[in-house]
Amino acid sequence: MGLTGLEIFKLTPRTNCKECGFPTCMAFSMKVASGAVEIEKCPHISDEAKGKLSEATAPPMKTFTIGKGDAERKIGGETVLYRHEKTLVNKPLVAVAFDDTLNAEEVDAKINNIKDVDYERIGEQMNAEAVLVRYGTDKESFLNILDKVSQLGKINIVYSKDASVAKEAIEKVKDTNPVLMGANKDNLNDMVAIASENKIVLGLEAPTLEELYDLVQAADKAGHKDLILNTTGEEIGKAFENTVEVRRAAITGGDRTFGYPSLVFVNDLAEGDEFMETALASTLVLRYGSIIVLSDISYKRALPLFGLRQNIYTDPQKPMRVEPKVYEFGAPKEDSPVLLTVDFALTYFVVSGEIERAKSPAWLLIPDAGGYSVLTSWAAGKFGGSVIRNAVKESGLEEKLTKKRLVIPGKVAVLKGDIEEELPGWEVIVGPDEAMQIPKFLKELV
Amino acid sequence: MGYKKTVKKYNGTINKVTLGTGEKAFEIGGRNVMPFYKFDGEAGEQAKVGIEISDEPASSWSEAFAELYKEAGDDTAAWAKLVEEKYAPDFICLRFDGADPNGKNKSVEECVEVAKKVADEISVPLVVAGSKNDEKDSEVFQKIAEALQGKNILILSAKEENYKAVGAAGALAYNQKISAESSVDINLAKQLNILLGQLGVKKESVIMDIGSAAVGYGFEYVTSTMDRILLASLGQNDDTLQMPIITPISFDVWSVKEALATEADEPAWGNQIERGIHMEVSTAVSCLVSGSDAVIVRHPKSLETVKKFIEKLS
Ligand code: SF4
Repeated sequence: MGLTGLEIFKLTPRTNCKECGFPTCMAFSMKVASGAVEIEKCPHISDEAKGKLSEATAPPMKTFTIGKGDAERKIGGETVLYRHEKTLVNKPLVAVAFDDTLNAEEVDAKINNIKDVDYERIGEQMNAEAVLVRYGTDKESFLNILDKVSQLGKINIVYSKDASVAKEAIEKVKDTNPVLMGANKDNLNDMVAIASENKIVLGLEAPTLEELYDLVQAADKAGHKDLILNTTGEEIGKAFENTVEVRRAAITGGDRTFGYPSLVFVNDLAEGDEFMETALASTLVLRYGSIIVLSDISYKRALPLFGLRQNIYTDPQKPMRVEPKVYEFGAPKEDSPVLLTVDFALTYFVVSGEIERAKSPAWLLIPDAGGYSVLTSWAAGKFGGSVIRNAVKESGLEEKLTKKRLVIPGKVAVLKGDIEEELPGWEVIVGPDEAMQIPKFLKELV
Repeated sequence: MGYKKTVKKYNGTINKVTLGTGEKAFEIGGRNVMPFYKFDGEAGEQAKVGIEISDEPASSWSEAFAELYKEAGDDTAAWAKLVEEKYAPDFICLRFDGADPNGKNKSVEECVEVAKKVADEISVPLVVAGSKNDEKDSEVFQKIAEALQGKNILILSAKEENYKAVGAAGALAYNQKISAESSVDINLAKQLNILLGQLGVKKESVIMDIGSAAVGYGFEYVTSTMDRILLASLGQNDDTLQMPIITPISFDVWSVKEALATEADEPAWGNQIERGIHMEVSTAVSCLVSGSDAVIVRHPKSLETVKKFIEKLS
């Protein structure tokens, strides 16, 4: 939504003094409009004009950094509605909710769950990035829980509509770059004061989108521009509508008043139904949630949700790859076969799933093949005899195995001769064309 | 300045297609906005959810499913009846795993027999799926289409490899509905729709299965293909892509590690069947939000959750 050359020209003094290195103000303006030159190159532009310009060229949605150290993450900053248009940049974060009605045992149980669910998947560490502590009526309990969960070293999200309680809570975690949620039309000035003083992101909420819109403008006027919008609404349909409308207003509506990340209380909407939580959280990964608040975390919830998120937030230009190495299935032994495939994540998953299904011990060797499918890697020269030989040599499998059998994908059966030459002592077997035939193949092989 | 809503209007509308007969028949499609964007315009028919059953016993899936359906024994028709009465799915998908020439290789006649019995036991629409062997499927589908004339079933699916046989028998000769299956590529989806059209199949008889994947397993291709199909069918009014979409997500979900690994394999992961349900719910809902007008799930709990989700958003 940048300005045109003519609009920029109107912001210059129009004296053609040439100090910018251009013959005329108009020539300069045209260059600025195309993005080739910075407006600062003209020493005579007023600050007000600069402000106008930077506003007009600012991205549609703000980006904020929240959390500190290892917990630090970015949210917002998206420029498109659909991932095929351009890569989505900042994946939505998952927060686990605590509130002041929980007893010590319940708090500890959730803390343990957060610690337990921490695993790697295709080069990405998967865990809940944030904790959200909500104040209702019991201040002592609220502050105690905050003390406890802030020890986790996650992003701390403090939720309190009571500004004096909020102030005390933020004081405790102010060095962790926390987020303060709970600002509304009644407490706005006090909440803005706390957020501004601590230079932290403030979460706004209102009963309707219209009122939320006014509230953003009020916060802006009060001097705070680092905001998150609570788009939850009173029920599921409203939450979906709000979250979509806020993102759309910013990205395609050109309205930066809603150009902020969103937060949705999926835990409240699902009313204790964990499967519904998974349904809603998945929806928000696809449709515009920035922070997704869950009631708890466990592997059964995390596996689909983080897998989906990883998929959606991959760069469409860059295929996902798995680490080249030897993967083991069902405690393979020195006479188990070695299957071979490429490092394209999708291929790996399909093949490993089928080996898993076969329930027959096997090694799976993955060379560095450029992250493409079998045929593409082979055609690109990244999955040939010498690559495969090197992978076998480096894998240490030769020392381990008494029976050296290498099963190659059926689609590259032509490689058999090459590999046999490169790897004396190995029996090279042509495997099936399609992964789904692997179980049958392995059964017959053994 | 106050808030001005950004409404997105499209020119195109998804075709309406009817499945089944009688009271339990339903339509899908009719939407001229992105899925569940009822705040933009006409959200069309409510999305539908079906349950998968198999011509093989439930124990071929897992012990947990065998337990769930033990009342039905090994009788496929009894299983179908149990599912309809107990869980009230919008439709039932009968999959002929046992027809696979590399597996049990049941004869076409046997399959037809099972399909007839199942169709007689249920009143919801029937969807028939094959064993992923194009040649065998095409024989099975032709005979079932003939045997179940008048039932208005959906045949899942006609592919580039067998669309002529399946399309001619299924839709043209016996007036059933055809699903056109492609593999997560907008151009392939479009091409197959055009080919079916050239064969003489009416667009009201075609539903698309544009391909699917479990979440975490390349789901980005599924969602982006659906996004692009909808932006073409709604936005550019491309009538070669305005067929409603059905996605048999259970075919993928229950064969990935998250659903297959036993508690002994992955002790930290917890209850195996609940893991499968979470995977199934996440995948089903992700498809619906991206563009599916109907999904097929395997577990009744998934059915319940996804139906509730649809109701809340409709
Ligand atoms: S420096 Fe500024 S005032 Fe001078 S010519 Fe360039 S744009 Fe015009």
